[in-house]
Amino acid sequence: MYPFQYHRPANLAEATALLGKLGEGKALAGGQTLIAAMKLRLAQPSDLVDLGGIAELSGIRADGDAIVIGALTRHADVAASAEVGKRIPALARLAGSIGDRQVRAAGTLGGSIANNDPAADYPAGVLGLGATVVTSRRSIAADDFFSGLYETALEPGELIKSVSFPVPQRAGYAKFANPASRFALIGVFVCQEKSGAVRVAVTGGGNGVFRSAELEKALAASFTPAAAAAVKLSADGFSGDLHASPEYRAHLVSVMAGRAVAAALG
Amino acid sequence: MGANIANGIGASALRKEDQRFLTGAGNYTDDINIPGQTYACFLRSPHAHAAIRKIDTRAAAAAPGVVAIFTGEDLAEAKVGGLPCGWLITDVNGQPMKEPPHPLLAQGKARHVGDQVAVVIAETYLQAKDAAELIEVDYEVLDAAVDVATATQPGQPAVHDIAPDNVCYVWGHGDKAAVDKAFAAAAHVTTLEFRNNRLIPNAIEPRAAVAQYSRSEDAYTLHVANQNPHVERLLMTAFVLGLPEHKVRVIAPDVGGGFGSKIFLYAEETVITWAAKRVNRPIKWTAERSESFLADAHGRDHATRAELALDKDGKFLAMRVHTKANLGAYLSTFASSVPTILYATLLAGQYATPAIYAEVTGVFTNTAPVDAYRGAGRPEATFTVERLVSAAALEMGIDQAEIRRRNFITSFPYATPVGLTYDTGNYEATLAAAMKIADVAGFPARREEAKKRGKLRGLGYSCYIEACGLAPSNVAGALGARAGLFEAGEIRVHPTGSVTVFTGSHSHGQGHETTFAQVVAERLGIPFENVDVVHGDTGRIPFGMGTYGSRSLAVGGTAIMKALDKVIDKGRKIAAHLLEAADSDIVFEDGNFKVAGTDKQVAFGQVAFSAYVPHNYPLDRLEPGLDETAFYDPTNFTYPAGSHICEVEIDPETGVVRVVGYTASDDFGNVINPMIVEGQVHGGLAQGIGQALLEQAVYDPDSGQLLTGSYGDYAMPRADDLPNFKVDTQVTPCTHNPLGVKGCGEAGAIGSPPAVISAVIDALKELGVRDMAMPATPHRVWQAIQSARA
Repeated sequence: MYPFQYHRPANLAEATALLGKLGEGKALAGGQTLIAAMKLRLAQPSDLVDLGGIAELSGIRADGDAIVIGALTRHADVAASAEVGKRIPALARLAGSIGDRQVRAAGTLGGSIANNDPAADYPAGVLGLGATVVTSRRSIAADDFFSGLYETALEPGELIKSVSFPVPQRAGYAKFANPASRFALIGVFVCQEKSGAVRVAVTGGGNGVFRSAELEKALAASFTPAAAAAVKLSADGFSGDLHASPEYRAHLVSVMAGRAVAAALG
Repeated sequence: MGANIANGIGASALRKEDQRFLTGAGNYTDDINIPGQTYACFLRSPHAHAAIRKIDTRAAAAAPGVVAIFTGEDLAEAKVGGLPCGWLITDVNGQPMKEPPHPLLAQGKARHVGDQVAVVIAETYLQAKDAAELIEVDYEVLDAAVDVATATQPGQPAVHDIAPDNVCYVWGHGDKAAVDKAFAAAAHVTTLEFRNNRLIPNAIEPRAAVAQYSRSEDAYTLHVANQNPHVERLLMTAFVLGLPEHKVRVIAPDVGGGFGSKIFLYAEETVITWAAKRVNRPIKWTAERSESFLADAHGRDHATRAELALDKDGKFLAMRVHTKANLGAYLSTFASSVPTILYATLLAGQYATPAIYAEVTGVFTNTAPVDAYRGAGRPEATFTVERLVSAAALEMGIDQAEIRRRNFITSFPYATPVGLTYDTGNYEATLAAAMKIADVAGFPARREEAKKRGKLRGLGYSCYIEACGLAPSNVAGALGARAGLFEAGEIRVHPTGSVTVFTGSHSHGQGHETTFAQVVAERLGIPFENVDVVHGDTGRIPFGMGTYGSRSLAVGGTAIMKALDKVIDKGRKIAAHLLEAADSDIVFEDGNFKVAGTDKQVAFGQVAFSAYVPHNYPLDRLEPGLDETAFYDPTNFTYPAGSHICEVEIDPETGVVRVVGYTASDDFGNVINPMIVEGQVHGGLAQGIGQALLEQAVYDPDSGQLLTGSYGDYAMPRADDLPNFKVDTQVTPCTHNPLGVKGCGEAGAIGSPPAVISAVIDALKELGVRDMAMPATPHRVWQAIQSARA
């Protein structure tokens, strides 16, 4: 790790002001990616602005037909939340499936989606549920938020405050874990909204989370595991590496979608 | 024996060492800090193969805290030698193997990613690391020879000039003509081609060393995470640095796992020992985990074509094996012997195959050196034999257990056609026990039940044998070993009767402090608590060969037993004096020296006291003191063997293989501590199942970059990848050591990979799948299912 300056602002305004001022500064949430990258000397921020002291960024609350989760809320807290568990159990289970105990005790919702790792779980939940990302400047629909590999709509100095998840009719998440890292080799989040509309978000494909129009169409016609499993996706656009070929990833999307639907149907 | 004491032989005594390990009181190399200590950071090659045109260290030398920087040129100027290989292999034409130089720091060329190019010594580790980034190396990147299967083909780049075809040796073993003749007459031939996947050892404690030079004593002290400190010292002083041995003390304190990877003399500890005098400061080096991936010696990595000839009844007639073994970029300490002496000699397995021939090509590649890793050659041999047997059974429609029974060796001693003589064993006993415990009879019902859930179940067998208790020195010497393989033990009885054992064996997880104490307590009839075991310090222990090859109890324990015999023999003479009897009338029983047939006796402690306070003592014929040393060189290897049965369940939609049952019935001879043996089997099984399903070191075939350089890509087995093991022991005592023990440290890793793979194939056979590579990852299994269905 290279040396850096550490800051711990007490509120959001101070944090955004600091980040605006510091050229090579980085916001630190749970640090589950950034600290590891720094230890490997792959990241070299001049300054770290630790958001952990900003009370307004943490917490889970109901807001009408939505659940609003603060950006600094830890995975373990989402997994254990009675509110989330009752109204969007698939999201609670997703949070409880991230990494290991230590990761869940430190990692945060905002940190995960701001990083937008192509194999992370939360982007699938946020996109699958059609959530809204509330930042220090604006509200961004999930469909507009994830813009590519490790890329989001966030502008320099813009911080995520919270994410608002509309409560669906039903939802489910199924993950096929990479045998080594246990990140999602493929993770599929399926959601049937209160309106009946179906959203399907896929993570682990290689180029960032995306929605599958084929699966959404099939599941809109019949929200059953068999309908999901019957969809054969083209391998085009899926990445291949030593853990999985594009064909295997494409195949796993259908399998995991079927299992996610089964989970959603209870 | 026969002393009926608590925590004697056969008791599952709790491990003496666990108190300190579990409460953070262990003393590992990185815990050693010496006043004035500096830190070393090694600059490593980012290229698999590159000429080094120039190294500019000026900016680095001017960086804060830098004490010194050394490159290969500095070592050459100082006439420091390279690392030696401890085993000479002679090829099929009678020529010695090619032994290219193995410089401590690259000289002229870097030959694998992670090869040491320079060392920076600084006041802190971070300063050393920062400065290392400032060293400018002008590399001319060269094409790399990476894959063992292709590195010997024409047109491949040569790793070393002296081996233009990258062949270190072509070594043959067995009667080729007899084998060829048997094949010509065979009713059936089973042929397999497979890779034995390359593994990275991953001890929990990374390699580490602290080197110190004392000007006042003109002597060195090296603390190092190592499995055999005397061997380390001998190799370093006599073969590399040209130092007198008595001026170097090597201490291997608590060591957090080795699995073979800490047997070897490595460049890093050698460089800092040399440099400690140059800079006149102590130097510490502790590997980062990413360095462990790149620069620890790896294991396995064979490409093999194996054939088994059978008669119409499934009796084995002959076996023929051709293996290309990856040696990596340089010959590590025992690299040459692992795929030859420790591999081909085991190809008889548990079977009376009359003729066997193996030809092994040792291959240099631009990858990290490959050397012994838990099992060392014997897992590779077992995989070859047991996969052939399972495949032959499948091809010929013979039951998996039945084909093995038809071919078991049943009378002992048995001389194999590959040079070993098995002293004892009962292979039917372990197979029968394993089948009973695994409930083989109930398997068809479990398979049907799984099928209803859409899952495929399979059962796989492995009847392994290993040669342990390394080794009869004369046999090893005739086969090319450049060292002896005896062991030493010293029993120092203190005046009040407590005992310190000094052993040349080294414990890095095996629990010797407990097991050896049990042996001594039993033999002397004294409390287990009164026995301490000292190991790992050349300044304290007699010259011994260390711990590897499941040898410690069979060889080191026997040395201890011999020293105990000497102690008791002397004690008998002292007792005879005290009891005013003839030496020949004294017997030693239950911790007392007795005049046979009388009630006159004297306790062991009283005899010890008399030896050190010799007021009433036969000084005219005996020296005072009670401190005896023995060296033991075994007359044969020991032959642990057993039967493993693995049951898997496969999800055909994803290719995921779940090990749902694993039974191991092992014959380790007599067992001193069943709990420790069970733990050793569990650890070995985790590594063997890891090899079969998860672990693989993968280099990019073109660039030679290590693609599995972290736990993000190298899949270590986790607890939830493994079932609850069912383990059992059957006993045929070893006939040639006094404890009747054989060794248990490697068996799990040796026996399990073919059991797992055969179970996977058994599960998939109804789809037409006949082969499966290791590791059987979900991706690979799914692909096999797709290909079979296509």
